[in-house]
Amino acid sequence: MPNETPIFSAKNVVRTFGSGKKLVTAVDDVSFDIADGEIVSIVGGSGCGKSVLAKIMLGLYEPSKGSFQYEGHKITNQKDHWDEVQFIFQDPFSCFNQFFTIRSQLEAAFKIKKEKLTPQQISDRVDAGLMAVNVAPKDIEGKYPFELSGGQMQRMLLARIFALRPKVLIADEPTSMVDACVRANILDYLMKLKEELQMTIIFVTHDIGLAYYVSDRLFIMHEGKIVDQGKPDDVILKPTSPVTVQLLEDIPEIHKEWIKR
Amino acid sequence: MTKPVFEVENLSLHYLTRFGSKVHAVTDVSFTMQQGEILGIAGESGCGKSTLVNGLMGLFIPPLHPTAGDVKVAGESLMNRSEKEIRKNVLSRKVSMIPQGAFNALNPTRRVKDIAADVIAAHEGGSDTTATYARLMERFQLFFGKDTARVLNSFPIQLTAGERQRSVIGISTLLNPQMVIADEPTSALDVSTQKVVIKMIFDLLDAGIFNSMIFITHELPLLRHVANNIAIMYAGEFVEKGTAEQIVFDPRHPYTKALMGAMLSAEPGQKDRKPVAIEGAPPSLAKEIQGCRFAARCPVARPECSQKKQEIRMHADRLVRCDYAE
Repeated sequence: MPNETPIFSAKNVVRTFGSGKKLVTAVDDVSFDIADGEIVSIVGGSGCGKSVLAKIMLGLYEPSKGSFQYEGHKITNQKDHWDEVQFIFQDPFSCFNQFFTIRSQLEAAFKIKKEKLTPQQISDRVDAGLMAVNVAPKDIEGKYPFELSGGQMQRMLLARIFALRPKVLIADEPTSMVDACVRANILDYLMKLKEELQMTIIFVTHDIGLAYYVSDRLFIMHEGKIVDQGKPDDVILKPTSPVTVQLLEDIPEIHKEWIKR
Repeated sequence: MTKPVFEVENLSLHYLTRFGSKVHAVTDVSFTMQQGEILGIAGESGCGKSTLVNGLMGLFIPPLHPTAGDVKVAGESLMNRSEKEIRKNVLSRKVSMIPQGAFNALNPTRRVKDIAADVIAAHEGGSDTTATYARLMERFQLFFGKDTARVLNSFPIQLTAGERQRSVIGISTLLNPQMVIADEPTSALDVSTQKVVIKMIFDLLDAGIFNSMIFITHELPLLRHVANNIAIMYAGEFVEKGTAEQIVFDPRHPYTKALMGAMLSAEPGQKDRKPVAIEGAPPSLAKEIQGCRFAARCPVARPECSQKKQEIRMHADRLVRCDYAE
């Protein structure tokens, strides 16, 4: 059932780092609502504040000013928050401990859940998660993270999401370390998460092409501000901000002139 | 017909594992490059692109070993030479490499100008720092303009990712190499920075600093704008090689077609065109492979494909490694 209260609600959120002369404003006066079941992409170049915004959503940072709410309340307890809000980061290798098997880590992830499951149930959920990303559970039996390629590891992170079934997924550049074939694969799984589990997905990326393909709504960020937002087709076809125009121009498209020589 | 600047003949490379077995990372790669040519090499992660780069520089650091074949730069072979000699006489002068991660390529404890000065000192000797800095200023002026002095006097950590990558490219091309090999120079950067870096490479080409380049990436749309010719690599082999237009607009090998199908685009009206991932994984190169390497994932594979070895041959004006290419 779609919930009436927005999943995330930001009102004039500001996040700064440092103080005095070295004050850096990473997120500058940002307001938005994200509804249940939406896929929202946050697009922008390096250093535009998109990852900081993602970390605010995860409860890793608190806003310096303004209010940020998850389902109508402030994020106070991170552990409770992570029961429902989960994440995928850019580099899958730094997300797993090299000294434990992948399976043991996927199972250990259930400790964050309030809902207590028996070891058998956990094992079944992990198996189902692995199957969802087309990996046979026996293929990773006894394997350690360094034995898999980058693309496979990124899939393990997705398997963890399929197993945990959080309400909200925050994916921070999940495709920037993998090649084009694996990227198409990961996008497929993100769509599957939305269709099968009605998950709300926040997709952070610098590639407006990916964002266009997956999302219901696009936020374009630049220097900490959301400069353009709306349905993907509206943003791409009728960009209202020079930043969006620039981002679109910078993508090397097959059919379009890119750099004149 | 001018002499080719770069010739590769049947190059095969393998890694020797500590158990004594071999992993054949690159098999039977041949191509020649003319002066002024930009060759793009594309393929999935793990297909042997970066191993090929090491081979092309003649840099065989164990466990990488050459199996067979020859690499010639302007007629001079790079095979069977010591690492030290290659580093001194070939790298930077004849063949220069632009690495992927500028973070790892620059020493964080030294200023950009000192790192660059080291390159000059190592290859040309001499310790006249004033002259060296003047030379650096002149060269970096080409692409940094009024920021030149600031960049040269900075530590890598004070620079943005784009500036760092451009510094790396500047340092790699200081000695006017005949040939530049760029191994995914922009894949760690965002699209806007990528454009700036590519533009800088074009500026260097226009200024005649170097004129032949091998550009390695997995982004085919990018290659379309950068390269004259494109070679597609799969499981250590070239499967198709032709002009950029042929490969991008009219791919013939099933793998090239699949790769193009996996590309995304933000062009209006493309939203419903779903990128299709290629199912399965490339074969393990630790074992001898019978037949076509792509057979297991090929959408148009025939029963005999998994047994019959495919040779690369001329087909529709380009080289294709598939007997059944349309």
